[in-house]
Parts: sequence; C-alpha cells; structure tokens
Amino acid sequence: MLGLIIWALTTIFTNTIHNLEERGIQTGFSFLDNVAPFGIGFSPIIEFKLGTSTYWDVFFIGIQNTILVSVFGVVAATFLGFVIGIMRLSPNWLLSRFALTYIEVFRNIPVLLQIMFWNFAIFLPLLPSPRQSLSFADSLFLNGRGLYMPKPIFDSGVGIWIYAIIATVTVIGLFMMGRWAKKRQDESGERFPARLIGAGILLAVLLIGYFVSGSPISLELPTLARFNLTGGLEIPLPLFVLWFSLTTYTASFIAENVRGGIQSVAKGQTEAACAVGLQRTQMLRLVIIPQAMRVIVPPTISQFLNLTKNSSLAVAIAYEEVVNIWAGTALNQTGQALIIIAMTVAVYECLSLLTSFALNVYNKRIQLVER
Amino acid sequence: MADKVMTFEKLPDRPPPMSQVGIVGWVRENLFGSKTNTILTLVSLYVLYILVVPLVDWAVINANWVGEDKSVCDANKAGACWVFIAARFNQIMFGLYYGANPDQIWRPTLAFALLIVLAIPLFIESFKYKLQLGAFILFGYPFVIFALIHGAWLGLPVAGTSEWGGFMLTFVLASVGIVGALPIGILLALGRRSELPVIRTFSIAFIEFWRGTPLITILFMASVMLPLFFPSEVDFDKVLRAMIGITMFQSAYTAEAIRGGLQAIPKGQFEAAEALGHNYWKMMAFIVLPQALRISIPGIVNTFIALFKDTSLVSIIGLLDLLNMALITSRSLEWKGFDLEGFTFAAFIFWICCYAMSRYSRAIEDKIDKATKY
Repeated sequence: MLGLIIWALTTIFTNTIHNLEERGIQTGFSFLDNVAPFGIGFSPIIEFKLGTSTYWDVFFIGIQNTILVSVFGVVAATFLGFVIGIMRLSPNWLLSRFALTYIEVFRNIPVLLQIMFWNFAIFLPLLPSPRQSLSFADSLFLNGRGLYMPKPIFDSGVGIWIYAIIATVTVIGLFMMGRWAKKRQDESGERFPARLIGAGILLAVLLIGYFVSGSPISLELPTLARFNLTGGLEIPLPLFVLWFSLTTYTASFIAENVRGGIQSVAKGQTEAACAVGLQRTQMLRLVIIPQAMRVIVPPTISQFLNLTKNSSLAVAIAYEEVVNIWAGTALNQTGQALIIIAMTVAVYECLSLLTSFALNVYNKRIQLVER
Repeated sequence: MADKVMTFEKLPDRPPPMSQVGIVGWVRENLFGSKTNTILTLVSLYVLYILVVPLVDWAVINANWVGEDKSVCDANKAGACWVFIAARFNQIMFGLYYGANPDQIWRPTLAFALLIVLAIPLFIESFKYKLQLGAFILFGYPFVIFALIHGAWLGLPVAGTSEWGGFMLTFVLASVGIVGALPIGILLALGRRSELPVIRTFSIAFIEFWRGTPLITILFMASVMLPLFFPSEVDFDKVLRAMIGITMFQSAYTAEAIRGGLQAIPKGQFEAAEALGHNYWKMMAFIVLPQALRISIPGIVNTFIALFKDTSLVSIIGLLDLLNMALITSRSLEWKGFDLEGFTFAAFIFWICCYAMSRYSRAIEDKIDKATKY
C-alpha cells in the first residue's frame, strides 16, 4: 500500500520535471520579484502602481480583495440569515411561508448561476449610465459602474488625536460602568440599565467631542463630473454584485441553521422561563438564545468558510480577488502553474485551518459542563 | 318528600363561534392574531404584491409563448421570450452535437428514461431487491449511459466528450463525481478512523486538503497541472480532467458524510463482530458499513446536491454545461440579448433537481429517525 503511494508520487514527480523541461519553464520563486506587466483596477489598501508593482503585490492584493468581500459578505449574510431564520419561526403564516420560499429558492440554485444572473441579467442591463445615476439624498449613487458613497476624510491636525483620546477614554469608562452594574446586580439584585445609559452617554460625548476638537472628520461626497462620478468612496459593480449574491445565497443556509438552533431548545426551557416570571424579551435573551447559539454557531462558521471559498467565483464577473488575478491573470502571464496554484491553495488552506481552529476554540468554550 | 327526582342532563356542546373555526378562524389565528401580527401580514402582502405581480406579468401574462424567431419577441419587450428557450431547447439540454443532430436525440432521451424507470422501484416500499438495483444504478448504469451518448460501443455515430454539453453534461459530471467518490470516500472514512497512524494522517491530510480548497481552484489545477503529472503521450480531454478534479473533491465530502455514519454505530457492534471472529475487513463489510452507509444516505445525498450545483463551475474552465449553454445560446447572433430568459430557464432546471433531491433526503432522514427511535 505504502509502496504504491510512493511509486505513484515518484512517477508524478519525474513526469512533471520532464514535462516542465520540455516546455522550457524554469520553476522557481524568482519570478515573484518581477514587475507585473498588467494593471489592477481595484485595490483599496495596498497601492498598485503599473510598472513598479511586482507579482508579490499582485498576490497580496488578491488576498486583500478576497478578505474584503468575505468580511462584508459574512457580516451581511449573518444579519440577513438571522432575520430570515426568525421570520421562518414567526407565528404569522404568511411571513413564515415567505421565509421558507426565500430559503428554498436561494439555496437550491447554484451560486455561480446566481452571481451571473444578478450581474449579466439584472444589474448590468438595468442600472443607468453614470449621468443618470440613481441617487439617494445626493450622497449615495448607484450606476452601471458601481456604488458611490461619501468618504470620511481625517484631518491631519491635532484635533483628530484629541477626538480619538476622548473616544477611547469614554469607551473605557463605559466598560467599567458595565462591570460595576453587573457586580451590583450580582450582589444586591438591583438592576441598572447600563446599556441604555451607556449608549446615550457615548452618543452625547461623541457628538460634543466632535465639535470641541474642531470637526476633525469631514465627508467627501461623490459629485457628478462630465462623464463619471468623482470623489467619494467607489465600490466597483463586480464587488457590489459579488457581495450581494454571496450574501443572499449564504443567508439562506444560515437561516436554516438559526431555525434549527432555536427549535432545538427544549420546550421545557421556555416553560421554565415563563414559570420564573421572565418577560418574553428576557426569556429570549437569557434562556433561549444562549442555548440556541450552541447549535447555531458551528455550522454557521462553516458557512462563513463556504462564503469565502465561493468568493473565488468572482472570476466569472471580473472582481479582482486571488483566484482571478493570481491563479488566472498571473498564471497566464508567467506559466508558473505549479507555484501559483500551490500558493493559491495555500491561501485557502490557511483560511480553512483558521476556521477550524476558531470552531474548536468555540466548541471547547461552550461545552456543557456536566456534573 | 320529593317524588320528583332532579336529573341533570348535559346539553350538547354548542358549536364554537364562527370566528374560531374553519377558514375564518384559521385566518384570524394565523394572520391577524394580534396587532403586530396584523401589521406583519399587511406588510408581507404588500411586499408579495410588488414582487409577484411584475414577475407573473413578465413570466406568464405578457410572455411570448409561440413563434418562430426573434421578431416575435422584439415586437413585445414587456414579457419573457420563451420562444428562445423552445428554439434552443435541444442545445440547452443535450449540448451542441445533439442540438445539431436532432435525429440522434433519442439516445440521451433513452438514457434518462431508462434511469427514471430503473429508479422507480427504489421508492416502492415492498420491493425486495433495492440494494442490488441501487448497486446496478451506481456501478452498471454509467456504462449504459456512456454507450448510448458516446455511441462508439454500439456502432452509432460518435459524439465525443468534447461535444457533450447542456444539462446532459451537468448530469454526467455530477454522476461520475458521486459514483467515483463513493468507494474512495468509504476508504478515506475508514482510513480516518484507522488505528495505523500513517494511514490516519494521510486520510486526514487528504480530506482536509480537498475540503479546504474551492472547487474552482481544483478545476484550474486539474486543467493546468494534470497534464504536467503524466507522460506527455497521455492525452486528457477537458471533460476527463474536470471529472478527475470533481471526483477528488467529492470524495473528501463523501468521506466526511460516511464518517458521520460510522461514528453513530455503537461500540458493541464492533465488539460483537470481533467476538464472532471476523477480521477487520469482514467486520467492516458485513457488520459496520451496511449500518453506517444506511445512516449516511441523507448526508451523502446532501453532498450530492451541493456537487450537482457546483458542477456549474466547469463553465468557467470552458465546458459547455447547462449554465454555459444557456449563456452562449443567449449570446448567439440569432438570439442576442435574452440572458434573462436563459438564466431563468437554467435556474429553473437546477432548482427542480435540487429541490426534489432535498425533499428525498429529508424523507429518508425522517424514516431513519422513526426506525431508530424506540
């Protein structure tokens, strides 16, 4: 058995060496320092300069864009998933059927088909040209090229530091207030509405501090120039479409997890919570949701990983993430199939290991302590 | 004192008020039970109204159902152009070769019809040979379908794998994936629970490697790296490469589904088998796996649904599966600009298949639940 595996591996190895020689490809990592001969349109954090940026930059920009769309997707999908999952359990028949239809439609159609559908059949043909952008309050614009939002501009002066210090001190103070309130409730049973008061204080301090420190943050609004919108924060359409489709697709799976989790809480728990006189919101917050989370979180974390892996389908709509610009464009340019594919796989393996690590930590933490 | 005996007679129950029973009662309880409920109902109704009415208008009422060519649809832009789907139906379902040779369409049609006929007894409760029939569908039928749609073995006009396409290709890829992955998956699942550290580590590494990588990367890998691994005389066509990639990918997921089944087998079963003097392979083949596989059927069907959807990714490496066929036909010169109809039709086909399979898996799950609860 072992001999067979070793034989197979050596055959593959010698064949590969032979084939690479035949094609005149020098395998090695040296090409990574070469200047990349193509441009990248969207790179919000790492700057890409045509003519000086190397293949390393391309690789890291790819990873950055993958993580970007995944993080936004995960946040939105979790929110939407919880809303739909709770709707599914609503006593209102119409609402629960509505959620059921959503779940069954979205999770039974391939996500690639959904991405292409939204991109090629809905958004591209239906969104207007930049001149006729759909606008919301003259600050949000949506058109065939992307979504344009106001962009916060931070002053370089001393004001921004004062503001940051005020905000930090307030947050630390509120945190301590929360601990004090909990301690008091544990000791005396008296409740103190720490969250409500804390939110009020935070809002007030942030508002007053903003003017005291001399308005250190301003918003740059996108404005309509001759052919296009300039200024503001631009989210290219492929990113928007990818985010939208991954969110709606993944939400249908998360919704099922949420429904299953809440239904898994034994009925006796609800009855017991009623019996000790908890209000409905207290019952949900203190009894049902903590127990449901045990069931909801593990499969939901694997959905997060699935969403990240599915973001590789951006190839179909030209969003510049790692599979598209690295395993696609860079591979075609250099022909370094072995190394490029290996690096791409390594990125996903790391993300996957990270996910299972997070899962294990969570599972350890929530394990039932049995006496 | 009293010769009059007091008797209490129970009057018949009065019927519940009209507002509590029947349709009215149901509506009151489920839709207008409380203030919030009423508001939710009204909001839902409104959302349904703005979603469903234009959809029905587009897809049914204003749609173009009959006609010969594009001119009908160009005249009426308000509705869907189902004429396009009707005109290109053969291509979208069976690919370019069968689309161009309508006289050969009986071959894939016969293959699918045969599958449906073969599968019917699996749903009949009293049918005794389910296991044998299932094994034949999994391991014998693929040769039948290959003979029919490829044609060389039967002396029919040859339709090479590069000419396969449409729903037929999607179906073939998914089936090859599941059939190839089942034996590998069983071995991997056993390997993962093996007591030999080398085999266990190898199985875990293999499973986690394929599970951690997105299918599209695996397909890229299969299309650019496989040719490097083999002597240059060996020529792989694109479809075969995709099949190998998909099988490897799927075997990892199948292994995990089967491992779930293996874990559910009580320890006593293993011990009893050993007490009877069975060696490892006999114990697995006759005692453990028959039980474990039965429990893992829903899990395997679920991974198959995921695979069936994922086969659409082969369109990115240039194979003409259902999705890609819908895309290119709606971009052909003759039918330019009917993306929406093409995608909708492809989505509809995928949806029917996946929904039916998920219902099936749910039904088996319920059956197993009932059988194992005392």
